[in-house]
Amino acid sequence: MIEVRALSKRYGDILAVDQVSFTVETGEVLGFLGPNGAGKSTTMKMIAGFLAPTSGSARVCGFDVEEQPLEAKRRLGYLPEGAPSYGEMTPLRFLKFIADVRGLSESEGRKRIAAVIEQLHLGAVLHQPIETLSKGFRRRVGLAQAILHDPPVLILDEPTDGLDPNQKHEVRELIRSMAKDKTIIVSTHILEEVHAVCTRAIIIAKGRLLADDAPARLEARSRYHGAVSVSAEDLVAVEAALRTLPEVARVEIDATQRRVTAFPRDGKAIFEPVTRSLRERGIAFAGIELERGRLDEVFRTITTAEGVRT
Amino acid sequence: MSSPLWTVYRRELASYFATPVAYVFIVIFMVLSAALTFYLGNFYERGQADLLPFFSFHPWLYLFLVPAVSMRLWAEERKSGTIELLLTLPISMLQAVIGKFLAAWTFIALALLLTVPMWLTVSYLGEPDHGAILAGYLGSLLMAGGFLAIGSCISAATKSQVVAFILTVVICFAFLLAGFPLVLDFFRAFAPQGLLDAIASLSFLTHFASLSKGVVDLRDIVYFALMIGFWLYANAVIIDLKKAD
Repeated sequence: MIEVRALSKRYGDILAVDQVSFTVETGEVLGFLGPNGAGKSTTMKMIAGFLAPTSGSARVCGFDVEEQPLEAKRRLGYLPEGAPSYGEMTPLRFLKFIADVRGLSESEGRKRIAAVIEQLHLGAVLHQPIETLSKGFRRRVGLAQAILHDPPVLILDEPTDGLDPNQKHEVRELIRSMAKDKTIIVSTHILEEVHAVCTRAIIIAKGRLLADDAPARLEARSRYHGAVSVSAEDLVAVEAALRTLPEVARVEIDATQRRVTAFPRDGKAIFEPVTRSLRERGIAFAGIELERGRLDEVFRTITTAEGVRT
Repeated sequence: MSSPLWTVYRRELASYFATPVAYVFIVIFMVLSAALTFYLGNFYERGQADLLPFFSFHPWLYLFLVPAVSMRLWAEERKSGTIELLLTLPISMLQAVIGKFLAAWTFIALALLLTVPMWLTVSYLGEPDHGAILAGYLGSLLMAGGFLAIGSCISAATKSQVVAFILTVVICFAFLLAGFPLVLDFFRAFAPQGLLDAIASLSFLTHFASLSKGVVDLRDIVYFALMIGFWLYANAVIIDLKKAD
């Protein structure tokens, strides 16, 4: 479990992280979202015990990262930004080094190394210097290092950056499979990833925590939440039909996507009325969809609001 | 036993031999130390079976070779970002600093060990004072440790290995000649005599000189030990202060 209280970090005049507080319980996967330079990495570095906070505190499994750093670090697996590792070492030697520093016994170390090699498909490159590996392999070596000692708490700074779609999928599967008995923080700027792995998401911009909610609840903040989009050839006819409905507040046409979106009045359910109206008028349509809300739109609204831009 | 320290030590030492750095260093050290001894040191002409000419060039060899070893110690970790990995492992800052320092020191000791044929040469040519030669090796090793500790500290302050190299050479040069007019005249303009004496007593060269002649004085050994201790402690403090950038 991770407890962060009023965590702040100041570099000279710049307040990189400003009074951020949150708690992550076992079983949760927390997604850390925010524009570049928002303070995501700085916050993670402080929880991992690399940077000392200017004020506030962070606890990992009950151990304050400043007062009992070794106890906290033992329980933590950390993938730093950019997945750094020693380039001249081979993945096998590198993992052996990590196992030794972490104090794993000879047999336990061998068992865990074999397990992470299997989980992250490193078998083919075990004996090549890390600096000669592709970005995807290097990232996976970094991940292997982070989960090697099977820690109860994982902090992963952009774990899928530089991976191809298949590898991304596998890493997300891996994170999901570990989530049950671990506390995990994942930073990303890929919003689909939040749906794929996170049970909760935090949005940070300019160092301030702006939103902390389940992905579905964040989507519900979108103006698209509950809207209905219709794809059709005859957009004008569709628009005319939707405008007549009393439940519909507004209609927008997206000509490039050949799509009409109707927004509900006062949160009314409009899926039924829209389909009925189109059918009654005999208008052909290729598809109709009830929008859950668009995370990218919520993200933009929250992170570019006036209060943040100061 | 603090085993993370030795794990860091082993990794670091192995990393020297993973690249050509180690071999280039060892070959150059051996070639230069022998060439300087025989050509500039008048090894034969002196007609004495000792290694004084050999040891007398060590300070000047170290002045350029040790910074070449130390410049990468922390600058490289900072540049590649592995410093973040290293310092978030369950290991204390001092363990990391000492582990890396000892690895570099061992590496230089290894190069020094490979000059033993010089010793065999004088033993073949005459009857050298083996105790004095041993003291010379001890002094040389301690002095290398002093240079290395300075270099490690400077390396922690910058991401650029070139900057680390140049600064280390300059600072080591100042320490080497602390007892000589070149350095003392600079301070004479404003510093009181007491401070001048203190600066003069910091000279690597004076402390090394007696050891290289075979005089093992505890004060010289303590001097080098304190020197190493001070710079390594400063090293840890600098890393702590400069981690963020």
